[in-house]
Amino acid sequence: MHYIYLAIVLAPLAGAVVAGLFGRWVSRSVAHSVAIGGVAVSFLLSLVALKHSLVDGAPAFNGTVYTWMVAGGVHFEIGFLIDRLSVLMMTVVSFVSLMVHIYTIGYMHDDPGYKRFFSYIALFTFSMLMLVMSNNFLQLFFGWEAVGLVSYLLIGFWYTRPTATFAALKAFLVNRVGDFGFMLGIAAILMYFHSLDYADVFAAADRMSGLQLEIFAGHGWSVLTLICILLFVGAMGKSAQVPLHVWLPDSMEGPTPISALIHAATMVTAGIFMVARMSPLYELSDTALSFVMVIGAITAFFMGLLGLVQNDIKRVIAYSTLSQLGYMTVALGASAYSVAIFHLMTHAFFKALLFLAAGSVIIAMHHEQDMRKMGGLKKYMPVTYWTSLIGSLALIGFPGFSGFFSKDSIIEAVAASHLPGAGFAYWSVLLGVFVTALYSFRLFFLVFHGEGRMDAHTRAHLRESPAVVTVPLVLLAIPSVVAGYLIGPLLYGEYFGDAIHITAAHPAMERLAEEFDGPWAMIVHGLTATPFLLAMAGLFTAWYVYMRRPALADLARRRAGWLYGLLVNKYGFDDFNQIVLAGGARGIGRLLWRVGDAVLIDGLVVNGSARVVGWMATVVRRVQTGYLYHYAFAMIVGLLLLMTWVVFLR
Amino acid sequence: MIGLSDYLVLAAILFGLGVAGIFINRKNVIVLLMAVELMLLAVNTNFIAFSHFLGDTAGQVFVFFILTVAAAEAAIGLAILVVLFRNRASINVEDMDDLRG
Amino acid sequence: MTFEKFVFYVFALITVYAAFRVITVRNPVHAVLHLVLAFFSSAGIWLLAEAEFLGITLVLVYVGAVMVLFLFVVMMLDVNLAPLREGFVRYLPVGGAIGGLMILEMSLILASRHFAAAKALPPHGPHYSNTRELGALLYTDYAYPFEIAAFILLVAIVAAIALTLRRRPDARRQQVGEQVRVRRQDRVRLVAMAAESRSAGPAEEEGS
Repeated sequence: MHYIYLAIVLAPLAGAVVAGLFGRWVSRSVAHSVAIGGVAVSFLLSLVALKHSLVDGAPAFNGTVYTWMVAGGVHFEIGFLIDRLSVLMMTVVSFVSLMVHIYTIGYMHDDPGYKRFFSYIALFTFSMLMLVMSNNFLQLFFGWEAVGLVSYLLIGFWYTRPTATFAALKAFLVNRVGDFGFMLGIAAILMYFHSLDYADVFAAADRMSGLQLEIFAGHGWSVLTLICILLFVGAMGKSAQVPLHVWLPDSMEGPTPISALIHAATMVTAGIFMVARMSPLYELSDTALSFVMVIGAITAFFMGLLGLVQNDIKRVIAYSTLSQLGYMTVALGASAYSVAIFHLMTHAFFKALLFLAAGSVIIAMHHEQDMRKMGGLKKYMPVTYWTSLIGSLALIGFPGFSGFFSKDSIIEAVAASHLPGAGFAYWSVLLGVFVTALYSFRLFFLVFHGEGRMDAHTRAHLRESPAVVTVPLVLLAIPSVVAGYLIGPLLYGEYFGDAIHITAAHPAMERLAEEFDGPWAMIVHGLTATPFLLAMAGLFTAWYVYMRRPALADLARRRAGWLYGLLVNKYGFDDFNQIVLAGGARGIGRLLWRVGDAVLIDGLVVNGSARVVGWMATVVRRVQTGYLYHYAFAMIVGLLLLMTWVVFLR
Repeated sequence: MIGLSDYLVLAAILFGLGVAGIFINRKNVIVLLMAVELMLLAVNTNFIAFSHFLGDTAGQVFVFFILTVAAAEAAIGLAILVVLFRNRASINVEDMDDLRG
Repeated sequence: MTFEKFVFYVFALITVYAAFRVITVRNPVHAVLHLVLAFFSSAGIWLLAEAEFLGITLVLVYVGAVMVLFLFVVMMLDVNLAPLREGFVRYLPVGGAIGGLMILEMSLILASRHFAAAKALPPHGPHYSNTRELGALLYTDYAYPFEIAAFILLVAIVAAIALTLRRRPDARRQQVGEQVRVRRQDRVRLVAMAAESRSAGPAEEEGS
């Protein structure tokens, strides 16, 4: 198995190397074949690993492949921890990645950066697998940064667009803030646990739970709480939680396959995965869990609201992603780690599906992304229409679809949580259901139903996308529907085993397990529950406002102008960042440049010393007249002085 | 009898005249060279005087060497002077200030 | 006052006078001639100090060769003397003061009793040869510096020639290397052509 795990990671890397470094010498078809082949190998071997773990019942694999260095007794290693959690993530990641790879053949068909694109996404798959499969914090951090790098490269893929490079830079910088916290967390772990290995750290976690750290005199901090919050700051950056969420909507400047793969299905869930992986640590700190839950709740509800006012099809889905990530985070906070991972999985399928469907629409619309110029696409693009419908229903949690099981479980888990902030989180996620349904079907109706608002030229060329686009849609639609029925074994069975650790103090999962009696009963029960009613209300509102009475939206916009303005301005996060933070940083930079650099260093030190030397030289050079006799005089006068000294003074 | 001082004072006078010559003929390179010759003559006289009064022939050997070097110096100095005059049509020291800082 | 002393003073006076004239005369030719005089009388003083070989050498080599070289150069160069004399009077006090100061200082020491007390050794016998003494020393103890002095003279000769050698662009010289290197086809070109009739001739003759 050892070599299989290694091959899972290295196959996409090989694809990336061939498509990237040797892209000049290989043709386009070779480049995409190699990249897709690498990811396909990863996927198939992940299935083998899944079977090995699930059917054969193999224990978790925890082994070191390579020791990078040993410093001060700490081993820096590359190793794999393959348990149920990581094997699930590996399968999801490689599957979605494979779908996106195939889809890319169609979507990026005419792009001059075709091979570069394949190289990047194959590299991304490698990085994400490294992150997921790691058994130590160092490799986790490597994967963490590597996916961030690839994300940066791909957001700025069309680097000639100023908005794309701006968005890429923004994503990179905001992630730096999160990564700073993450790195501090890892450093704290190294400091207190003297090891970077998961197993060592988790084993020692109990002993650390009482340890206090004094940052300011008189204020004791639990070390574990500090570590958990610092690690979560990293997750906030990567998984786009408030207030580090600002980069995700802008990242939609990248190509749509990227939005699907990186900024919806996999990379942004790295934070969720990380917290779930660290569950033995988080379980020991109620404060950190509360913090996680509140942040998630804020993100889930308020970011969903922003989706209501967006007109760019991809941005709506991006805000939806933010909101769903908030849901997962809330689940983490409620100690329902397995639910979070479950939602992560279902979300990966239906959100990738939605993004790819949006991409399909964008292809048909000749790269027009404004929903106000769409409409009535149903009859032109049947496959896209039906798959989008499945994705949207899964997203809003329509009973029977995958999203229903995971999202309802989250709401139930929050309801069962007793941590501070759980009440707020409960109402946030509950109302979030309504909002989710509203914006999802606003998008759906605006795009696929009603009058076509596109120009005649576009309308004439409307047609269904090619098979390389629609086949991944269909393939993703299948798990979007059926993945939810895994709820029994995943959440309440013994699936995760030791991979996720929950203490008795957080009984949410136990409560859920008590009430759970099979997926079908859950559907029946769900049809009468509040979330379903709210979702239906949202759906109906969307239908009524955008299909029956389009004027109503304008009216609402005028009536609640301040609210609309608040939403359009995204609560002012961007303005705050750009004016206060970026502006402040630029101001400090300018100050240092003008005063520190230009005046002090250049003016005083560099040019100043040069000027002093020059001034002294102008004085001294007057001595050098160039006249022979002056030199002779100097010698003679010197001789005279010497003689005077010898004769009279000695 | 001629004393050692007599020789030495004569040499000193010659040397002082050489120095004064450099000062007052500061523009004429030829006279400058001649003043240098005068100073060398003074030094040579000193050597010979000491050699004579100390009974050591080594002083005369040194005069011999000084004469050799002075001849070489005069030859090269005059050669430079000729080239200088050919290029500048002047031997005025004040025209030669290319090395001014 | 002995005869020796009388001769010494006469030569000394002439030397000082000649040296003084060297630095004050207007005409460089006169200056050179006075320098010759100074050397000549110095040679006499050297003879008095029993440095016969050097005295003769000074006359033969210095006066006969170096000073004549000076004279050549001075007479060869068509020097405009007027600007060279500028400032002569202005710098006279300074030069005089410094020269005088040096003479004074040196004399103060040299005329003191330490030097005055030095008594001359008894003169050498009739078979004494200064030249032999000097030669014996030069070719034994000072052989190596002597060789170096010879080499310095050689270098001076080469340097003086190299400095003054002038390559005029209009001067015609034989290029021996090229003459030797030349081949037949560089000089003669045989052209095969059809015979031309005489009538075509005049036009070409005009041109040639």
